[in-house]
Amino acid sequence: MSDHKTPIYLDYASTTPIDKRVVNKMLEYMSTDGIYGNPASRSHSFGWDADEAVSKSRKHIADLINADPREIVWTSGATESDNLAIKGAAHFYKKKGKHVITVKTEHKAVLDACRQLEREGFEVTYMEPMSNGLIDIKKLESEIRKDTVLISVMHVNNEIGVIQDIEKIGELARSKKIIFHVDAAQSAGKIKIDLENIKVDLMSFSAHKIYGPKGIGALYVRRKPRVRLEAQIHGGGHERGLRSGTLPTHQIVGMGEAFRIAKEEMDKDFKKISQLRNRLWNGLKDVEEVYLNGDFENRYPGIMNISFNYIEGESLIMATKDIAVSSGSACTSASLEPSFVLRAIGRSDELAHSSLRMSIGRFTTEEDIDITVKTILSAVEKLRALSPLWEMYKDGIDMSKIEWAAH
Amino acid sequence: MAYGKKVLDHYENPRNVGTLDKDDKSVGTGMVGAPACGDVMKLQIKVNDEGVIEDAKFKTYGCGSAIASSSLLTEWVRGKTVEQAQEIKNSEIADELALPPVKIHCSVLAEDAIKAAVNDYYEKNHEKEEIA
Repeated sequence: MSDHKTPIYLDYASTTPIDKRVVNKMLEYMSTDGIYGNPASRSHSFGWDADEAVSKSRKHIADLINADPREIVWTSGATESDNLAIKGAAHFYKKKGKHVITVKTEHKAVLDACRQLEREGFEVTYMEPMSNGLIDIKKLESEIRKDTVLISVMHVNNEIGVIQDIEKIGELARSKKIIFHVDAAQSAGKIKIDLENIKVDLMSFSAHKIYGPKGIGALYVRRKPRVRLEAQIHGGGHERGLRSGTLPTHQIVGMGEAFRIAKEEMDKDFKKISQLRNRLWNGLKDVEEVYLNGDFENRYPGIMNISFNYIEGESLIMATKDIAVSSGSACTSASLEPSFVLRAIGRSDELAHSSLRMSIGRFTTEEDIDITVKTILSAVEKLRALSPLWEMYKDGIDMSKIEWAAH
Repeated sequence: MAYGKKVLDHYENPRNVGTLDKDDKSVGTGMVGAPACGDVMKLQIKVNDEGVIEDAKFKTYGCGSAIASSSLLTEWVRGKTVEQAQEIKNSEIADELALPPVKIHCSVLAEDAIKAAVNDYYEKNHEKEEIA
């Protein structure tokens, strides 16, 4: 019998467990005793039944965001949706212009798709957010050129949890007839999205961030006014030619059910997560030299990114090995560079190195939070006793004046 | 990332954490690394009249491997002469702790730290030794 204790899971921003209700639903669409036909098969009931399940799921997605089911395109996840939106729109509208605006704190799926556009001859402006992580709308307006065709700004940031004002940005983009894409992977099902009343043209969704399965997502593509895209995956012409490939019924049903449950339980989940977040923050905010990364007010409470000055992040994670979290520390990223998101909001390398992202979800309990607070406080105390930087801080030494012998 | 047993051990039970009086002539202090890189090591040695390191203390800002490398180093230099301490190679530290390739630089930094501490000791005692 192994004495390995399951750690407490506080990495919901990274992925979520599939809700058991979703699993049970998916199981009905997989094997010989279920609905396993190809939804594109027109000629028999196996196909019709599968197609009906897909339609129902499409409606669940649309209902959550107040859109029309015909505006939903299935993809393999938010990364693919981002690619389809950004490359698809830029390519389709390239005769109108070659300039794209996005933000330095976007997910890599957006940033790297933009880099690809640059390799193809587009010009991309990567805006810097303010130090609280939010976009200055006046600054965004000043970056708009006559040849700007696309703006991409994520709704809730996956590292620091801040919420961008997509309503205002949408108004601005529409007034200049620029296509506006929003990566809503972290926000869908958690905070309200009303696409009938906000001017967003393209929106990316992910199932595995909202208690659905990994490997399935969607892209909202506005019909009024019509947004056109160049398909990125070619084949049988599925999804009105926008995304070929046999629709994975069981995955789609999973995503549909996850979104349906999210709509029903959003308020309840939000309230509980807010309370747990307050419990967590209250336990940690009085620690000396602790910093919350990103605006406190304009944020989704489920994601908290906190820096503990004079302590390095990977050692903090090692010290808190009974809690599953992630760090903006270089050591924990393959490239040995600290989080680009934290640097983009102006955090020094030291604070970026010493950060912990803790994300709360539907299954987090009060006990989880209490153990987490206790563990972190004791780890911080221990690591500061080990830290020469903390010692220098306590001695009143101005570290910005030191010439470090870096190797 | 799975941590090696020895690295975890040094983290759970670090040896020789602390500070020696850096103004003491018999103490050599080495501070290497930079906060921007995520690694800073302070290593101090207390050398007796026979040139033997009788005490060593460290403080490290860095990942588990960095903490372990510097902790191990303070264990190894105790009882060694200053010359012997200079000969400790980063590869020995890396092997002892079973450091993966991405963490080798932590052992390099520890080797730099002991060399810096020795240098400091020599300078304070006006000995012009060349450190390789």
